[in-house]
Amino acid sequence: MWRRRPDGRDTRTDRHREAEEPEAPPQPAEPPALTIDALGRKCPIPIIMLAERINQVPVRGVVAVLADDPAAFTDVPAWCRLKSHEHVASYELPQGGWSIHVRRNY
Amino acid sequence: MAYLDAASTEPLHPAARDALLTAIDAGWADPARLYGTARRAQMLLERARAEVAELIGARADEVSFTSSGTQAVHLGVLGTLAGRRRVGRLLVASAVEHSSVLHAGQVHERDGGEVEIVGVGLTGRVDAEAFAAAVARPGAALACLQTANHEVGTLQPVEDAARACREAGVPLLVDAAQSAGRLPVPGGWSVLTASAHKWGGPAGVGVLAVRKGVRWRSPLPEDERERRRVPGFENVPAIVAAAAALRARSAEAEAEGRRLSALTARIRAEVPRLVPDVEVVGDPDLRLPHIVTFSCLYVEGEALLTELDKAGFAVSSGSSCTASTLRPSHVLEAMGVLTHGNVRVSLPRGVSEDDVDRFLAVLPGIVRRIRSSLGVR
Repeated sequence: MWRRRPDGRDTRTDRHREAEEPEAPPQPAEPPALTIDALGRKCPIPIIMLAERINQVPVRGVVAVLADDPAAFTDVPAWCRLKSHEHVASYELPQGGWSIHVRRNY
Repeated sequence: MAYLDAASTEPLHPAARDALLTAIDAGWADPARLYGTARRAQMLLERARAEVAELIGARADEVSFTSSGTQAVHLGVLGTLAGRRRVGRLLVASAVEHSSVLHAGQVHERDGGEVEIVGVGLTGRVDAEAFAAAVARPGAALACLQTANHEVGTLQPVEDAARACREAGVPLLVDAAQSAGRLPVPGGWSVLTASAHKWGGPAGVGVLAVRKGVRWRSPLPEDERERRRVPGFENVPAIVAAAAALRARSAEAEAEGRRLSALTARIRAEVPRLVPDVEVVGDPDLRLPHIVTFSCLYVEGEALLTELDKAGFAVSSGSSCTASTLRPSHVLEAMGVLTHGNVRVSLPRGVSEDDVDRFLAVLPGIVRRIRSSLGVR
C-alpha cells in the first residue's frame, strides 16, 4: 500500500515515507548534543526520558532519542507539537528502530 | 459498572430484545422453504429487509444481510473489485478506515491488485482533494470511505468523495458502521455497509447494500441465499431484531444525539481542564455525538484502562498493548497524535449524566497516580 501525501502542509506522511524507503537514508544535518538510549523501552518511557532530559541541552540544541517501540515513532513528534519543541527528523537505525531528533525551542 | 464503550458495541435496545424474543418463536424456520412456518420466516425476513432498506435510503432488493459488519465490508470490497476487475485493479481507501477495509485491501494486494491509502489531517478527517486525485487515477476500481471514524468520532467528507467518485465513474463504498442509527445515512454511495450491534441490534447481523447497476461478483462460493451475495442460512430472529432496533434508534436519534453530543462536549472541555498534559483528539465540531477520545502524556494506556475498570468504568483505548497488539492504533498513527495514554469514551443510549460526572471526578486522580508510579512529577 502506498500513501498519498495530504498536500504539502502535512509533513507527517513524509516521515512515514522516509521510514519506509531506506534506499535513500537521509543524514542528520546537525550532530545531536545529547543521545537518549530508549531502545527496548515501551512508550511512554521514551517520552518521559525525553521530557526529563531535554533541558540538559542548550536552547536550539538537538536531542536524539533512540527508540524501537513503534509508538515512539508517532509519539515523539506528537510530544514536540504539544510542547512546542521541534521534531527535526526521524532516521532509521540499521538494527531496527529510529533515531528521532528533537530541537529544544525554549 | 458504567458502560462507556458503545463504539465497541451498543447494549441491546429494548425494542430489539422484544422483537428477538418474538421472532425466535415465529421466525426459526428456513425462509427458503415452501410451507407455512417457512413462509412466515420469509415474510419476517423480507419485512426486516424492507424496513432496513427504507431507513438507510436503499431499495429492498439492494440489501443483503451478512453475519457481521466485518463480513459486509469484506464482501463489499472484494465483490466490487471482482466485478470491476476488467476496468482496473486500484483500490482507494482512507488511512483511518476500519481494519476490515484494510484487511480486505491486503487480500486484494496479495491477489496482484493495488491499494492507495489517502492520508488524514491532525483531526482524522481525510483530505478530500487527495482522495479525489486518487480516485481519478486510471485503473481506479473502488474507493472506500467511512461516514465517521470509529476511534475518534471525526465525520468524513462523504459528499465530496461521492462527487469525486461520480465524476471519475468509480463506485464508492461507504462504511456507515459507526453512524447508522445515529445520523442520517448520506446519499451518493454505490455500496453501503453497516453493523447491527453498533446501533443496538444483536451481534451477528451486518448490512451490505449494493446499488442497482453496480457490478459485483461474489468472492465466495455462491448459494441461493441473500440474492446470491451472502452464502449460508440467515439468522432471521436476529435480523428482525436488528431492524426493530434500527427503527427505534433512528426515531430517537435526533433527541438522544443532541443529549449525548452535549455530554461528550463537556468531556472534551473538562478533561484538559482537570488533567494536565492531555490532548483531546478528533474534530471538535465535525464529529459523532457519542465518541470522545483523548491521550494523556506520560501514561500507559493499559494502566489507565485497568485503573478505570477498577473504578467501575468500561472504556477502550487505541494505545498499543491494550488490544493484544504491540502496535498502536493505525488511526492515531495516521493522524500523528499521541498514541500512548489513549482513552476512547463512547456513550451508549440512555447513559446517565451522573456516570459522566463520576468519570470526570475519578479521572484526574487515576492519571496522577499512574504518572507518579512512573516517576513523573
